[in-house]
Amino acid sequence: MTGTALAPAPVKSPPRKASRLTDPVVGVWLAALAVTLLGWLVVTLDGGTFLTQANITGILQNSVALGLVAVGQSAVILTGSLDLSVAYLIGLGTLVAAETMQSGSVVTAVLAVLALSAAVGLANGLVVTGLKVNAFIATLGTAFILRGWIEHHYTGPAGKVPASFQRLGYDRIGPLPVSLFLLAAVALALWLITRRTRLGHHMYATGGDEHAARLSGVRTRRTVIAAHVLCSLCVGAAALFLAARLGAGAPWAGTEARYDLESIAAVVLGGTVLAGGRGGVAGTLGGVLVLAVLDSVFNQLSVDPFFKNVVRGVVIIAAVALYARRGARRSA
Amino acid sequence: MTVATPVHGKRVGVTFGPGTPVYVLLVVLLAALALTDPGFYDPDRFLAFVKRAAPLVLLAAGQYLVIVSGEFDLSVGAIVTAGVVVAAELYGSYPGAHWLLMTLALLLAGAVVGLVNGLISTGLRVPSFITTLGMMLILEGAVFYWTGGSPQGVLPEEFRALGRGTAFGWLPWAVLACAAAAVLAVWLMRRDFGRTLIATGDSERTAALSGVRVHRVRVLAFVLSGVAAALAAVLVGGFSGVSAQAGRGMEFEAITAVVLGGVALGGGRGSVLAAMAGAFSLQALFTLLNLQGVSGALESTVQGVIVIAAVGIGAADFARLRRRRTQSAARSPRTHSSEGSTP
Repeated sequence: MTGTALAPAPVKSPPRKASRLTDPVVGVWLAALAVTLLGWLVVTLDGGTFLTQANITGILQNSVALGLVAVGQSAVILTGSLDLSVAYLIGLGTLVAAETMQSGSVVTAVLAVLALSAAVGLANGLVVTGLKVNAFIATLGTAFILRGWIEHHYTGPAGKVPASFQRLGYDRIGPLPVSLFLLAAVALALWLITRRTRLGHHMYATGGDEHAARLSGVRTRRTVIAAHVLCSLCVGAAALFLAARLGAGAPWAGTEARYDLESIAAVVLGGTVLAGGRGGVAGTLGGVLVLAVLDSVFNQLSVDPFFKNVVRGVVIIAAVALYARRGARRSA
Repeated sequence: MTVATPVHGKRVGVTFGPGTPVYVLLVVLLAALALTDPGFYDPDRFLAFVKRAAPLVLLAAGQYLVIVSGEFDLSVGAIVTAGVVVAAELYGSYPGAHWLLMTLALLLAGAVVGLVNGLISTGLRVPSFITTLGMMLILEGAVFYWTGGSPQGVLPEEFRALGRGTAFGWLPWAVLACAAAAVLAVWLMRRDFGRTLIATGDSERTAALSGVRVHRVRVLAFVLSGVAAALAAVLVGGFSGVSAQAGRGMEFEAITAVVLGGVALGGGRGSVLAAMAGAFSLQALFTLLNLQGVSGALESTVQGVIVIAAVGIGAADFARLRRRRTQSAARSPRTHSSEGSTP
């Protein structure tokens, strides 16, 4: 993805081409590289081996779920919206997948999960645009609704995923997990949509300045709705992957890993501006990689999981502070 | 606060500003509570309700200050959890500590957390969503790392009195704290601080050019939010004791309450009383759902629907609807008159 990361910035900001090194996308991939090297150094000094094949596979595997969610999240954030319902949608998605697979075919299950996701995304988009409810509250409300539904109907893991589908979670080609190709495909699709299609340009325009976009003839409502549907579809893919990985529907798969806030953190780490209009999928993947590598380093050093959260919080704040400084210098 | 009758709709709208829907919502919910449970307005039970609502009201007041200045504070839930756990741990080490000293220490700690949030958000220009999200991870991680995952210790009776005791034998301290916070918040919002805070949230650049020290105002808002959260921690700790889940999800509840109060996310609009009324509405909604026997699980579904609906109704552009109506009303006589004038 580094190649695509270097692709020209959107047409409307030509000065960025001139300063590729200060492009946040390049920055975050450099940061990912730096974190990897640093982690390798620290783990080696600690007496372990970091760059083993098993470990690299593990890092990549761990990035897949968060990566899928974060890629979707970047689509909504680019458009100037936000999605806090992703964590519960993942839980419900794994349940629907596992239960449908238990009684029916894998294809029906995949279609059912994607249909559910699209419906939730559509509902989010309609509430945000139609009822003009702030995205933060609208998607938080959706999250509450999904949570109630899950808690009312399920008490624990349900359904069963057949071995054939579990291969999505466990098989690998050489050192590369199969699921990485799922992430790559989804990310590539999202990248193409955001950078190469009219919808994508409309998303950047709407996120940059909704009023100006509307006055220029962009159907901003449709654009926001489309972004929410895209995001939820990515979340659906993440749910399918997690169902394959866990072998059953897990109601709290999404909330335990805090995919809602983690995905937003990854998107912002990747240089996408929370207010929308700037950033992209390529940077997000870098942000996900940074978080995954950090996680792996901590596991190797067997750091206390609670202390891990402390460091993660510091890293997120520090990284974003660095961007902010650089942005300030550039504009000055 | 409870006189929002539709007869005086227009004047009430002028008095209460954009928060009007929340007062209507609160009245409706309180009326529904009275219908469901005739004993609800017994002074004791009503005060108990206010006491339960007090932490959320405090959080909403603090969150209002931050939101109206155009920022977010996602760390308040973690501050509540950390406050409760730290108090218990400290009492484990210093069993003889005076409750007032402990409370002041917690408030100071809350202020420091708010100060750090504010300085990072303004000085380093990190979006406050990220700053306070990071702070949430840091606080929760640090507290559990310190306590090894399961907080221990007991809070002594005199410390818990603020959360569950009463003054003069009938008035819960929590209600007093809540009222004091409300008075303080309204007073603050009417002074220069409040006006510059709203101006900052409305347009940072305009405010800065008009001589507002934007950074200082925002940092102060974060500090006050941290203090409010610490006070909420004292109340929660007193009311329900030590728990690792004490403040879980409270940041979202507080933000929901503020938005229910008609305060615009992004800043610059809304009143602090409406935000606190939003918190009361949310608590009334929880109580009502409990009384109605909505199963614990479906409760959050109903809550989600109502929150979306309430905010949606609040966001509906009534001014535009009214204008459209008056336009069509104005148009019909005009057509009449033109018809009348042509012959």
